[in-house]
Amino acid sequence: MTDDEKIFLVFKDVLKISDDVDRSTLRYNETNGWDSIGHMSLIAGLEDSFDCMLDTDDILDMSSFDKAREIMGKYRDSSD
Amino acid sequence: MTLRIEDGCAIVTGGSRGIGLAVAEKLATAGMNLILVGRSEQTALQKVAEEIASRHDRRVLTVSGDVGKPETAQKAARLAFSEFRRLDALVNNAGILDDALIGMISEDSIDTTLSTNIKGVINFTQSSARLMERGGGGSIVNVSSIIGRFGNTGQIVYGASKAAVIGATLSAAKELASRQIRVNAVAPGYIATDMIKNIDKETDQQRRDSIGMGRIGQPGDVANAVLFLVSDLSSYVTGQVLGVDGAMLV
Repeated sequence: MTDDEKIFLVFKDVLKISDDVDRSTLRYNETNGWDSIGHMSLIAGLEDSFDCMLDTDDILDMSSFDKAREIMGKYRDSSD
Repeated sequence: MTLRIEDGCAIVTGGSRGIGLAVAEKLATAGMNLILVGRSEQTALQKVAEEIASRHDRRVLTVSGDVGKPETAQKAARLAFSEFRRLDALVNNAGILDDALIGMISEDSIDTTLSTNIKGVINFTQSSARLMERGGGGSIVNVSSIIGRFGNTGQIVYGASKAAVIGATLSAAKELASRQIRVNAVAPGYIATDMIKNIDKETDQQRRDSIGMGRIGQPGDVANAVLFLVSDLSSYVTGQVLGVDGAMLV
């Protein structure tokens, strides 16, 4: 499974979105369910999926799916 | 009866002496592995950790740093993740006391006290909650003070910082309840630690005389209350402030 697919699986599970959603439109406080509580669930899901712990700055910066992809690239091989 | 914390992992801030050390000993006795966080030099902190580890056959790791800095909290949470893959309890104990009468309080004293006593609690709560959530829940115990509940002459800064700890406890308890993370506080009274060693004899006696149970508290008295709040004996208790003061009046 690619990183992109891993990230999308988490988004799909937390935000209850369909497979055919345009990923570039997924944004914090704009996408249904992606509020502050949803954000923390996304972070927990991504940390589980990548088996890592995100830095606070990265958590605060993760404002879109594209940004999530960019940030999670840093944790790709993390075994912490 | 099981406390359901055996082999779990706890972070204890200010864990090298006083109440923090007593808490660390108590949790290790109950079977928990520990991460001690302290401002002491790494070698001094390490020595304390090794002593606890050998006494209780537990793993006791250390993080040396200022709890008021977010990076110290992140370092401790990362260590819990990398070494134990779990975090079951956080005891926010680190605190400083710098008495001064109104009109004689320096800005540095205010900043240092608030940074250690309340920023530290928020930093560690923030860094630890996610890891607890991943394990299905946990317990956070914040060490406030009787002064944070009732105030005292010469302790406007300390009292404000410890009242803030209670506010943080109540808010975090509400926010984290749905994630099965309990958040409570203990409010010790007059406890025999280094923190009171510079108090003059007359004040010391006045404070001892104000304790209904007729004796000064011991760090172990507070540690017992913390153990209760960390363990499953308090599995349905959250958002509470437990006084550990022997009916002291301030």
